Amino acid sequence: MSEIPSDLKYTSSHEWVRIEGDGSITVGITDHAQDLLGDLVYVEAPESGTEVEVKEACAVVESVKAASDIYSPVDGEVIEGNENLADTPEIINTDPYGEGWIMRVQPSESASLDDLMDAEAYEAHVASETH
Amino acid sequence: MLIFEKSETGRTVAVQAPSGDADVSDIPEGLLRKSPTGLPEVSELQAVRHYTRLSQQNFSIDTHFYPLGSCTMKYNPRACNTLAMLPGFLSRHPLAPDALGQGVLACLYELQEMLKDVTGMQEVSLSPAAGAQGEFAGMAMIRAYHDARGDTERTEVLVPDAAHGTNPASAVMCGYKVREIPTAANGDVDVDALRAVVGPQTAGIMLTNPSTVGVFERRIEEIAGIVHEAGGLLYYDGANLNAILGKVRPGDMGFDVIHMNLHKTFSTPHGGGGPGAGPVGVSERLEPYLPVPMVGYDGDEYSLLTSKQYPHTIGQLSAFAGNVGVLLRAYIYARLLGRQGMLRVSEFATLNANYLMVRMREQGFKLAYPERRATHEFIVTLKHEAAELGVNTMDFAKRLLDYGHHAPTTYFPLLVPECLLIEPTESEDKATLDAFVDAMAAILAEAKDNPEKVKGAPYTLPVRRLDDVRAARELDLRWQAG
Repeated sequence: MSEIPSDLKYTSSHEWVRIEGDGSITVGITDHAQDLLGDLVYVEAPESGTEVEVKEACAVVESVKAASDIYSPVDGEVIEGNENLADTPEIINTDPYGEGWIMRVQPSESASLDDLMDAEAYEAHVASETH
Repeated sequence: MLIFEKSETGRTVAVQAPSGDADVSDIPEGLLRKSPTGLPEVSELQAVRHYTRLSQQNFSIDTHFYPLGSCTMKYNPRACNTLAMLPGFLSRHPLAPDALGQGVLACLYELQEMLKDVTGMQEVSLSPAAGAQGEFAGMAMIRAYHDARGDTERTEVLVPDAAHGTNPASAVMCGYKVREIPTAANGDVDVDALRAVVGPQTAGIMLTNPSTVGVFERRIEEIAGIVHEAGGLLYYDGANLNAILGKVRPGDMGFDVIHMNLHKTFSTPHGGGGPGAGPVGVSERLEPYLPVPMVGYDGDEYSLLTSKQYPHTIGQLSAFAGNVGVLLRAYIYARLLGRQGMLRVSEFATLNANYLMVRMREQGFKLAYPERRATHEFIVTLKHEAAELGVNTMDFAKRLLDYGHHAPTTYFPLLVPECLLIEPTESEDKATLDAFVDAMAAILAEAKDNPEKVKGAPYTLPVRRLDDVRAARELDLRWQAG
């Protein structure tokens, strides 16, 4: 069973979201997602200043199996993309919730985090997908 | 060993080298090379041995069972090759006047007519140079159609999550935003989800039917109705046409545009980056936008039709009339089969797939869509073997090579975990299918008794397990001396 930290929020498309003290959020892909993808070979994280829309593709991760879009969990603006991923994409495999974060986003004023799942709901979602 | 590593200074094949000194005085000084070409210096025999040996290391349809799902690796009949290489075809200059090429133009015209007949489309253009370009042409025609009507608010193209990656790529190339449609648990498109996202912003939907999960899209008429009612068009990805050849026609299902991969259904050689062919067929409303040239026939003479006859064409996508050598092979294949033969293609392709599917299930393999009949391909999921035995799909695929079979498609479509997409094609006999089942059963037994053995495969090939992660991260394709 993959690791699903209880202090994070989740999307159905397997991104995790950490709400920071300053109101910004940090986004990455879950342990389950990196496990499905396999060894990552390329990550395109967004540049700071990029406007992102909820459920719209904003980054790309590519593994030996497939290239997949990463979807923004909120409307907002990217504050920082994880530059380390360009040279060491494998940190998403080894530390998906830590060093392998993908971007920090400042949600727009109207953005809502209410639709995100908690750990328990995400675990049920993963179980339903893999039955 | 690379041929460069066999090179020795001064070794050459004098009889095959260019003779005499060419006059290069009219080439500007700045364009002349300053250093030697760096080509390998080997004898003729060394060159022959080198490339023969490389070809012997291939897994190919001529040497092995090759059940690569979605790719339709069927046998390429030698007759197609022989006839397409008749001197009259080979020697014809593409700029020769139509009057001097009536034979080849007649073949292309008849191929257009046969593809129209078998797909149920109004008109066909043969010129796109590959399936991906056919997709691009199809989406460009959808765009041209909406633009010509001033209907510029249509910004979205709907694509099921099981689709080939080329579909969203083609839509994006034509300036559209892609919206993904989920697949229901039974393998059909989730029609409720489709209804929820279709609207005045919908330019069209791209569907593969039978789909990439190896089942026929049963609600296709309903889907066509929903999309057409909203003003969108239907695009048919011809990847899986082999399953329905002569049985059901995309045109009758309501599709407005289709591309065909001739290297799949019509058995031309798979390109591997070489010349391909991806003809497009359209319904009446898209006909003005077809890529040129096409071949016309006035009852007396054949001629190439260009932007003169088709002023609204999306343009010319390839040099001359596409890859004519490939088109000729498809034409000959279709003529050899005839109408009854084409029916047998789809019947035997689906019969082989369903036989293989049942036999795999009997051996204890889990099907991704057990309640569905297979089309020309089906999906096995090895998620239980991966979870319980630690032997995953790639391990099975590598071990199959030791047993003398090319592996099926692995890890596609992505929505089925640890999947094998298996397509035997109509070319194979029962004994070959049984041998594949026996090999898979033997590997499953190995995975239970000695999982490390499977995880270490292959053992019998010139190279062992390749490090595909390192190959992707440290791409190294250029040989450099010393």
